[in-house]
Amino acid sequence: MTDNVLQIEGASKDRGNLRVLDAVSLSVAPGERVALLGHNGAGKSTLIKAILGLITLDGGRIDVAGATPGSAPARAATAFLPEAVSFHPALTGREQMTLFSRLAGARADVSALLERVGLADALDRRIGTYSKGMRQRLGLAQVLLGRPRVALLDEPTSGLDPISRQDLYDIIDELSGQGTAVLIASHALTEVEARTDRIAILRRGVLVADDTLAGLSARAGLPIRLRLRASADADAVAARTGGRRINGASVEILCSPTEKMDALRRVAAMGEAVADIDIAPPRLEDLYRHYAQEVPQ
Amino acid sequence: MTRFLAITRTEMLILRRNRWLVVTTLIMVLFALALTFAGSAPTGTLGVDMLTVSVASMTTLSVYLAPLLALMISFDAIAGEADRGSLALVLSYPAGRGEVLLGKFTAQLMALGFAMTVGFGSAGAVAAWSGGAGADSLIALARLICTSVLLGAVFLTLGYLLSALAPSATAAAGMAAGLWLVFVVLYDLGLLGAVVMDQGGAFTQSVFPWVMVANPADAFRVWNIAASDGVALSSGMVGAARALPDWAAPASLLVWPVLGFAAARAAFRRVEP
Repeated sequence: MTDNVLQIEGASKDRGNLRVLDAVSLSVAPGERVALLGHNGAGKSTLIKAILGLITLDGGRIDVAGATPGSAPARAATAFLPEAVSFHPALTGREQMTLFSRLAGARADVSALLERVGLADALDRRIGTYSKGMRQRLGLAQVLLGRPRVALLDEPTSGLDPISRQDLYDIIDELSGQGTAVLIASHALTEVEARTDRIAILRRGVLVADDTLAGLSARAGLPIRLRLRASADADAVAARTGGRRINGASVEILCSPTEKMDALRRVAAMGEAVADIDIAPPRLEDLYRHYAQEVPQ
Repeated sequence: MTRFLAITRTEMLILRRNRWLVVTTLIMVLFALALTFAGSAPTGTLGVDMLTVSVASMTTLSVYLAPLLALMISFDAIAGEADRGSLALVLSYPAGRGEVLLGKFTAQLMALGFAMTVGFGSAGAVAAWSGGAGADSLIALARLICTSVLLGAVFLTLGYLLSALAPSATAAAGMAAGLWLVFVVLYDLGLLGAVVMDQGGAFTQSVFPWVMVANPADAFRVWNIAASDGVALSSGMVGAARALPDWAAPASLLVWPVLGFAAARAAFRRVEP
């Protein structure tokens, strides 16, 4: 139980009459990558600020590397990448990183870190001339300072092109490889799907899901989608399989995971009438919609 | 302990990089020189050297300029970082809020000190070279520079206080302009009105000098004038300063930066980035 480097128990926060965090419990073990998903205003950033000790909770407790959020040991153990980060435009990338390295008390090789995130050419240029993606990379470079035990990344992919995103997830893997617990707040569902160990979903301050992708799928019981292309008469195929015709030649069948093989056998028995078949398991997007938009009863 | 120095070093870099230091020093030099030459006329009639007259003129200048320059750099210190989104990041590092504030204060005070020393120093040198100077007037010049830096320190801390209270950097700039107007202009006008109404009664005799010296800008004026007979003579402002004990003005000017910093620190503690 205590081997979790980040432990959140029943965290609650009120802003006026609005409860922005409602008894959120979540834990992250060393080396684990957890995605924190939710709509804008679901409480992701509030939760991250609470972990950083920048805001005080109205209930519950958070434990960061065995210390209270905001205390000196907790801050020394934590790295943070804010959403849409920006720095003083008059400083160069190297100067900004040198400041962070001194603040962290880390004797870091600033040039090597900036090279690692692909900013080698922009080391001595002013941050004012950087693109949004470059500022984001600079923000990422400071996360790598001094081997943090917990890394909190708030929308790390915003403003990054697809190749940079790939680099970002490589860096996240590297962090988790060295034993850092990584919490990623994100909207970019498809990447999170492939590159995280566990997914937590916040809806209006309530944690509605906290499981692996497979676990979430099983619990949601979302249907698998079979899409058939008929060779001749789509209506006949629809009638025989109990599916629904969706355009001139295609039929869609929705079935639960347990009925999948039955449905496939029926399709196979139809022989030449079916020209092609496509099987789509529920994607994270469907799961996300299921958990995040479900209206509370 | 080295963490606040890291902030100081970066802030110094920013002040140099964005030309604030050069422009401010230039403003100080130009104003000080202009006043020295414009104010050189009464030298003969008063029987004091030109540097003394120059210090008296520059004292009046500094009352307006030192708070203004200090507020101009300090209003952005917290609100500006909050606007850029870098405040949360800086505060997630092991440096405490007090260290961050102290780092910025040290850098900006050094920058102000540089501008004051070069500005008043060069004007003083010109005055001494063209119209003579004595030990007395040189001490008055040194006092002017030191007290100007102290006055700047007061308004730096008040600027941080506003910066921590304001919802945005723009609001902080507006509040800083208001604060300057209150301390430097309206406060004195209000006191003047009260003295006129009172017509030399108990208020004017015993309360007024203390209320006046409670304002750091007036304390600065009183300190410079009361300490030097020559300066007092050439500025024509003697009466109020004589009613106070010698320690009153220095005490006010020394206590204000401490109070201001404590207030700014307390307000900064409550900022949620």
